[in-house]
Amino acid sequence: MAIAGEIFRHNLTEFLDESPQLHVLAVDDSLVDRKVIERLLKISSCKVTVVESGTRALQYLGLDGENSSLGFDSAKVNLIMTDYSMPGMTGYELLKKIKESSVFKEIPVVIMSSENVLTRIDRCLEEGAEEFLLKPVKLSDVRRLKDFIMKGKVKEGEKRSLKRMRSIDGSPPLSATCSPISLPCDPSPSLLSPLSSKKARL
Amino acid sequence: MDKIHSHRQVAAIKHSLFDQGYLDEQFIQLEELQDDANPNFVEEIVTLYYRDSSRLISNLDHTLERNPLDFNKLDTLMHQFKGSSSSIGAKRVKAECTLFREYCRARNGEGCRRSFQQMKKEYATLRKKLETYFQLARQAGPLETAYRPK
Repeated sequence: MAIAGEIFRHNLTEFLDESPQLHVLAVDDSLVDRKVIERLLKISSCKVTVVESGTRALQYLGLDGENSSLGFDSAKVNLIMTDYSMPGMTGYELLKKIKESSVFKEIPVVIMSSENVLTRIDRCLEEGAEEFLLKPVKLSDVRRLKDFIMKGKVKEGEKRSLKRMRSIDGSPPLSATCSPISLPCDPSPSLLSPLSSKKARL
Repeated sequence: MDKIHSHRQVAAIKHSLFDQGYLDEQFIQLEELQDDANPNFVEEIVTLYYRDSSRLISNLDHTLERNPLDFNKLDTLMHQFKGSSSSIGAKRVKAECTLFREYCRARNGEGCRRSFQQMKKEYATLRKKLETYFQLARQAGPLETAYRPK
């Protein structure tokens, strides 16, 4: 039992060392809006990459068909926030391309728009957008998003640690309640509802 | 006492900008993004807005001179301009933009031209008022120093 305990501690340190800084890719054709979203994200302790179009976003992710030297490793994006109305490729089209990609479809995509059009919102949510934010985006919106994504990361990390333990000594994993992580991580349905409530509020 | 007076002046100007409907809540949201490392963020954004939007305005000007008017293009351009104006909290400018877009949808050229002229007036007025505000705010310095005992 002592050995299992050591392995558990080791895996947790490994997990905790993956300092969870969110990397957000923000897409907007408006210079002013790019500056604002960048500031909103930086002040929320996120790593930010801002691009001016859907095409550039795909290039950054390495999805543009060209042999991108960056590759998936450099991108490691945790969240994509995109404006809806953009010349060329709209945010909706970008959303579709991302959800069609086997590599990137798991990355949450949030659509931002100054126009409160229900059909537009429905279409985006149906296509797999995590949330539809009305512009101008507020600090509270970003904080809420970040919390949601971070919870997902913690649960992912926990699952990974548990899987590792299971594969190492073949015995069933220790109870999840042993977690020293202070973040609340109970699998309550409220994980999704704070975001879904955006739709309900409209 | 001097510093405190300057701060009161700055606060009074800001108060009136909100009272008279020049600015809305978004301006306050932007102020919340300022910190010691970025004390002039709002001024930077406003400066950027005026620089960046001048291009859109001259584009709108040219498009309004065409005959017949391309209402779809006008609407698209104004949508972009309205977005930026909204992002800095320019309440009156934004209201004129909304009116302009309504005239576009109604295919009312005269209405478009009128609201465009009105929008430009609000745009210019706001610029002057904000320039004064930022200048005084910079002169007054950070609030903490005003109340620090000598």
